[in-house]
Amino acid sequence: MCCPSSLISCSDAGRIMTNVSISPAATPDIVVLDRVTKRFPGIVANDSVDLAIRPGEVHVLLGENGAGKSTLIGMLSGLQQPDEGRILVDGTPTPITSPRHALSLGIGTVFQHMMLVPTLTVAENLLLGGSWWQRPKTEELEARVTEISRTLGITINLHARISELSLGEQQQVEILRALVRNSRLLILDESTSMLTPKGIDELGALMRRLVEQGLAIVFITHKLKEAAAFGDRISVLKLGRKVGEIPPERFRALGEDEIISEIVELMFGKRKDDPEAEEKAPRVLPASAAPLLEVRDIEVPATANTPGLSAISFDIRPGELLGIAGIDGNGQKQLAEALAGQLPTSGGTIALEGKRLDGLSVGERRESGLRYLTDDRLGEGTVGSFPVSINFFLKQVGAAPFWRSGIEQRAEIDKRAGELVREYDVRTPSLKTPVGRLSGGNIQKVLLARELAEGAKAVIFNKPTYGLDLANTLATRQRIREIAARGLAVLLISTDLEELLSMCDRIAVISSGRLVGTVENTGDARTRVGRLMIGLAA
Amino acid sequence: MTGLFSEVFLGALLFGAVTAAIPLLLAGLGEQMSEKAGVLNIGIEGMMIFGAYLGFVGAFYSGSLWLGFLTGALGGMVVALLMALLCVRLGLNQIVIGIGLTLGLEGLTALLHHFQFSRSYPRLPAADRTVIPFLADIPILGPALFRQHLIVYMAIALVFVMGYIYRRTQLGLNLQAAGDKPAALDVAGIDVVRTRTIAVLTTGALAGLGGAYLANVGAGIFIPFITNGAGFLGIVLAMLARGRPVWVLFGALLFGVCLSLTTAMQVAGINIPTDVIQMLPFLAVMIMLVLFGRRASLPAALGIPYERGAR
Repeated sequence: MCCPSSLISCSDAGRIMTNVSISPAATPDIVVLDRVTKRFPGIVANDSVDLAIRPGEVHVLLGENGAGKSTLIGMLSGLQQPDEGRILVDGTPTPITSPRHALSLGIGTVFQHMMLVPTLTVAENLLLGGSWWQRPKTEELEARVTEISRTLGITINLHARISELSLGEQQQVEILRALVRNSRLLILDESTSMLTPKGIDELGALMRRLVEQGLAIVFITHKLKEAAAFGDRISVLKLGRKVGEIPPERFRALGEDEIISEIVELMFGKRKDDPEAEEKAPRVLPASAAPLLEVRDIEVPATANTPGLSAISFDIRPGELLGIAGIDGNGQKQLAEALAGQLPTSGGTIALEGKRLDGLSVGERRESGLRYLTDDRLGEGTVGSFPVSINFFLKQVGAAPFWRSGIEQRAEIDKRAGELVREYDVRTPSLKTPVGRLSGGNIQKVLLARELAEGAKAVIFNKPTYGLDLANTLATRQRIREIAARGLAVLLISTDLEELLSMCDRIAVISSGRLVGTVENTGDARTRVGRLMIGLAA
Repeated sequence: MTGLFSEVFLGALLFGAVTAAIPLLLAGLGEQMSEKAGVLNIGIEGMMIFGAYLGFVGAFYSGSLWLGFLTGALGGMVVALLMALLCVRLGLNQIVIGIGLTLGLEGLTALLHHFQFSRSYPRLPAADRTVIPFLADIPILGPALFRQHLIVYMAIALVFVMGYIYRRTQLGLNLQAAGDKPAALDVAGIDVVRTRTIAVLTTGALAGLGGAYLANVGAGIFIPFITNGAGFLGIVLAMLARGRPVWVLFGALLFGVCLSLTTAMQVAGINIPTDVIQMLPFLAVMIMLVLFGRRASLPAALGIPYERGAR
């Protein structure tokens, strides 16, 4: 078991210090995943994944959001159990039952979200995990940390409080913690996502020194450049399946450009049996039409937890569908809210049919014809405990003919709500049913009905099919196409590249709050958008 | 000679203050441990009253105060076990369950008391006092502070034991992590549910002991609703003490002074309507909340049941 006494007394305590570089081919695998499957309600997070992890190797797991990387890590670190398949540790099938068990097997994980107690010091965080009746062995820890950090060339003040450290330093503390516990497999989950470019380089150098000492590293990322720069072996995950692996021999044989094009093909290439696959019917837009929605240089300052927006500009013509692609959390929500008026902007203009909207409130923008369908359907889109009928008119509360002198006109509301339910095919037991009891797809229909009602000219969709089942996903997409066909301007924000490719006329890519490029959705758009998303030129 | 500064008045005030402060101190220290570990233990009032009842029963039938303290602490732990099961293991709402336990046990103990003792209202003999030589002879302070029951000195020693646990032991680290970032504790290989259960059970034992002291030493009798909000005052103390046991002690003594003013004034023959004086402890709570409420810094995960993998 992993108790503080094992900090020094384990037989392999000095191993990472003394080992010289081992030839990867000659050493047995530390951990092997054998056809591992993990299901969550509604999705298969990992579908029969095979993976072999060897000492002395940085094994990169590459994939987009939702590819199943985090679930895989959850199973390796004992947070989740596979539904099918087995995990072999040192060649023997071993169910990893808890985080404690994972640690005792030598598997240390640095999670995407920091797992340190901010109110404790570095030393106290490193000591966490000892048996409760024991006294923390501070002196032994200090000696051990000095030893480890010397060989790795990092300096850490053991007595600093975690909340005073930078994110990069916190991450070093987490790596140090894994080493102090004699980990022989170090898992780094999206570890570069919060680091500065300098911090990323330092992490890369640190990983190299660790594998030279004989550690195995699993490095999870969605950035292709990092994968190519830091990895020895790359496995590509897509929608829960492992779609390819580039072994070290091949890695060395190929040039960087060839590797990158091979990975782009693996990550963004089309699957033949994809049920969502739909070919986009070519549409001809009147090229000369004046833009309906014009956005110029929108700026939003960044906050501690959210990215800002800088110099966002685009035009959407009547009947045009503009897609916004990008890895989640790069400013998509901020863009939607800035356009809808929910988030104050610090600069830039928004014009609809030539009329400036940027000084207007949320309600006035809606009145002018700019509509926003939020991705937070139950949180900000509807009131879950209110009946379906009232939810159709949430943004018209008090307005005639549904309210007169402040009194709800039940008959008017129910009549119009009944029409909308039929028109948008909302499957609800009755108009009185609380909207929160409906499925995600039906809540989406209520929102659509409400936002597209009288006077819509431009519509912003934020992840409209997120969390919906296949039938509702397809229905929603069809509805969005119809909206565009009616001559409205549509902005479709989505993290699902397939969705954008099957629907949009043009696709812009957002990264760190900037639009890094716009691509006409023709021919090789898939590859070009894919390249933009992972930080390369189109 | 009568008056606010007479020896009689001050002596009675201080002695009463210490007696009244001990149950608050025990409840506050107990609540502090639960809160450190991220459990808001509103059921502490229920743990206290059940401890008071069982403590009295134990002492009455065995004739031993110490056995009474033991049964009282066990009584508090039984309630705490229920709380830990419902709120820590099953993750039910801590406030709802806490209020439920408090109301339920107030009713239950009143009922049991009615069937058992309502005709006789038995009293326990006055508790033995442990006199500390020399110090006990200091005027005013001596009788108040150094002629108390042994358990009083033990409770005050507990303040420093707790301080040591929080600052110097592995358990202290684990408790703080369970309250500030339970996920970090979990991935460090420590069971969050078990850590929080240990904290809640300790709270139960201390609250039960406090209740037993209240009935056996403070009053010498059990009457329904005897705790009269002492557990809730313990919650206030724990919240204002910022995780430091010694602040719980100061707070408990301050409340103790307010609570004992009533008796002390009567002893000294000062004529102020008792209703006004009985209001003082609660006025003091409000004043303290206004003055220090802003200072309260509570653990980040306080009141949130831990569920592995939930973000």
